[in-house]
Amino acid sequence: MDEGNGAKAEEVLRLSGITKRFGNLTANNAISLTLARGEVVALLGENGAGKTTLMNILFGHYTADEGTIEVFGKPLAAGDPRAALDAGVGMVHQHFTLAEQMSVLDNITLGTQSIWRPFLDRKTARERISKLAADYGLSVDPDKQITELSVGERQRVEILKALYRDARVLILDEPTAVLTPMEVDALFHTLKKLVADGLSVIFISHKLHEVMAVCDRVVVLRSGTVAGARDIGQTDTHDLAQLMVGSELPKDEVTPAKPGKVLFAMERASTKAEGGAGLKEITLELRAGEITGLAGISGNGQAALAAAIAGTLPLTSGAIRIHGETMSGWNPRKALASKLGRIPEDRHATGMIGDMSVAENVISEAYPTRRFSHYGIIDWAAAADFAKKIIADYDVKCPSENARVRLLSGGNMQKLILGRALDGDPDVILASQPTRGLDVGAVAYVHKKLIEARDRGAAILLISEDLDEIQSLSDRIVVMSEGRLSAPSARGERSQRELGILMAGHGMQQGLDAGSDTHAA
Amino acid sequence: MRLEPRPAPSLARTLGFTALAIAGAVIFSSILVMLAGANPLTVFWLVLKGAAGTQFAILETLTRATPLIFTGLAVAVAFRARLWNIGAEAQLYIGAVMTVVLGTGALTIPSFGLIPIIMVAAMLAGALVLLGPAVLKTRFGVDEVVTTLLLNFIVILFVSLLLEGPLKDPMGLGWPQSKRIIAEAKLPRIITGKRLHYGFVLAIVSAGIVWFIMKKTVLGYEMRAVGHNAEAARFAGIPVNRVIAKTALISGGLAALAGFSEVAGLKGNLTLDLSPGYGYTGIVVAMLAMLNPLGVVLAAIFVADIFVGADAMSRAANVPSYIAQVMVASSLLTMVTAMMLMRYRIRWR
Repeated sequence: MDEGNGAKAEEVLRLSGITKRFGNLTANNAISLTLARGEVVALLGENGAGKTTLMNILFGHYTADEGTIEVFGKPLAAGDPRAALDAGVGMVHQHFTLAEQMSVLDNITLGTQSIWRPFLDRKTARERISKLAADYGLSVDPDKQITELSVGERQRVEILKALYRDARVLILDEPTAVLTPMEVDALFHTLKKLVADGLSVIFISHKLHEVMAVCDRVVVLRSGTVAGARDIGQTDTHDLAQLMVGSELPKDEVTPAKPGKVLFAMERASTKAEGGAGLKEITLELRAGEITGLAGISGNGQAALAAAIAGTLPLTSGAIRIHGETMSGWNPRKALASKLGRIPEDRHATGMIGDMSVAENVISEAYPTRRFSHYGIIDWAAAADFAKKIIADYDVKCPSENARVRLLSGGNMQKLILGRALDGDPDVILASQPTRGLDVGAVAYVHKKLIEARDRGAAILLISEDLDEIQSLSDRIVVMSEGRLSAPSARGERSQRELGILMAGHGMQQGLDAGSDTHAA
Repeated sequence: MRLEPRPAPSLARTLGFTALAIAGAVIFSSILVMLAGANPLTVFWLVLKGAAGTQFAILETLTRATPLIFTGLAVAVAFRARLWNIGAEAQLYIGAVMTVVLGTGALTIPSFGLIPIIMVAAMLAGALVLLGPAVLKTRFGVDEVVTTLLLNFIVILFVSLLLEGPLKDPMGLGWPQSKRIIAEAKLPRIITGKRLHYGFVLAIVSAGIVWFIMKKTVLGYEMRAVGHNAEAARFAGIPVNRVIAKTALISGGLAALAGFSEVAGLKGNLTLDLSPGYGYTGIVVAMLAMLNPLGVVLAAIFVADIFVGADAMSRAANVPSYIAQVMVASSLLTMVTAMMLMRYRIRWR
């Protein structure tokens, strides 16, 4: 059959009436979706809209309560993870599933060999990989170890892995989340080549302009149902956003900042490596009434910077100043005493204690104060009142203040953290990836709270891998690469492309010696 | 097969799975009893009768439960903060050593002064024994499972050295045993002429205090926070290393009280067979109690029940009393499995 003749093209994947219930919750309600040969369909939806559940059903991790799946016209066995792979459906997860200590070649061929033929025909495999790489613009050295690769290269390995297994349908889960703007362009280029060759792609995303740029059709999910489907020519970002949220999209109202004096400063601060690069003599000033955005590809020292400011990672050299006063022995307690509110990057690992209750979690920073304890005895009534106040003020959805935090959604957990961090109107706020993994409504809420805090005079550092977020919220932008910082730029001063060049490591504070080596350690 | 976390387990589910765990342990032990050629029903009846059938049996069970409550509490406190104290046995012996050092005539003051002094000294000594591994853990990342476990052997050999040397009773006919403690150092018996002593009351009170600490105090809150998520605790400003050190002091002190109460309440002197592994059995007790301090009392009585009852049963039914070890071990395994099932649901795929 011919490819590319619109609606009549061969159908490669059909999901009909997929319904999946978990107890009272209907995660997928009669979802139908078709994918034609040579087509890119975006699956758009907020967190919790049912995208992941749907893909888990397709890949046999869950069995649908109702509905059928057909791949290339043949029904797919339910509940068998191999069935989808064997039928030619490949998936690239947001979090890569690569064996770090092995070579690219080994990662790609892993699991494709029959156990009766334990020795890999490396020559043939290498030739096939090289051909695939050349055909689709997925250049990567097959003999390099995964640890040596940049995030963009790792993603290419994941795509090659799927292609090597003869995938004809490729599912990409939030593929651009970890890429620089240039890498995103390269990925889109690859996608165009893939569909030109007759592959089909499901592109899972929540970034509207990317969906507009690469997709042919959009299917929007909202709370488990198909909220709408559009051809890309007949829609725009505004329309899609409304479909996704179900109402007018909450818009960030960013008024001009009125910067005041420097409340927080780091001078020539260095640290050991943590979660990527360590800090290398960075100098940073945060002013009252201003949001400073820190852009960068993950693993370039953002984690070390956040930990150094939060007080969990000591500086090996350099100084931290609050209101111009040099702080010695900086630690979380000192940070809190200096009125520094902290929103950690990882809600689950550092932000909250999952097996403790909401009330126990919200007092975890202030429990030694007289507000929550007297003579070593915790005032649980005061803790419960504080928890109830946060639940009410921040609209946290949870059964009660005694509920275990583990049972809360990411957005509600983040609201608890916001409530805890912003309590007592901190002078300085460290917001590290504050909206990662949140749905549109929750993102807008977090943004609103940060802007409110700015407008009452707080100095805010916003660390994010989402350039759109950085550009829309920040009054000043600095870029981090390999533990170094760029010179700051004002709102709108640098284009996304220029920021991308900085993110790749050109033009950092300590001269240009970083070179073109963009690998995260 | 996959595990899916459940929401907080309800009381009904907790009790239901506990009952299932006991049933599982009973069934497993029954098989072994049948292999030994006896009727399981008879054997269980004899165990129950031997442990709770007479006043003597009940008092004996409670006497046996006393050191287990202390070591169970010691382990429960430590495990709650994720300090894996496998060394309650060593701390118990150190507590006993302090008791005979101070209680055999070195101090001669009335009971109401002497007993508290000995208690505090014993607790301090036990606390210090665990502080070492705790500091090694927080400072250098040395695994406390290894250090506390190996300290057991070091301490027991050290006690053996003391009993052959400085602490040896000159009137002991050459046996490796200490002098007997003086009357003022003795914990009185609860009922005159019976073996149950005030160490049991002390154990119950300790359980209450530990419960209060864990539930109501700043320290208990810090310990639980560190145990559940040390990284988040550190981020929030909880001084994790200091909390672990304090946990070690409390846990070591509680385990030392087991040694104190056995010497001062029951045995009267220190020998190398003071503890038939109470320190290790404390781990079983704490796990059966799901680390709840009040649950530790019940779990200790349950375990003591089986040990005491099995002795009596063994004499009557001619089944080896080792079956008690099997019953305790299998109930631990079924209980741990049940605890997992309370928190997770199994999906068969």
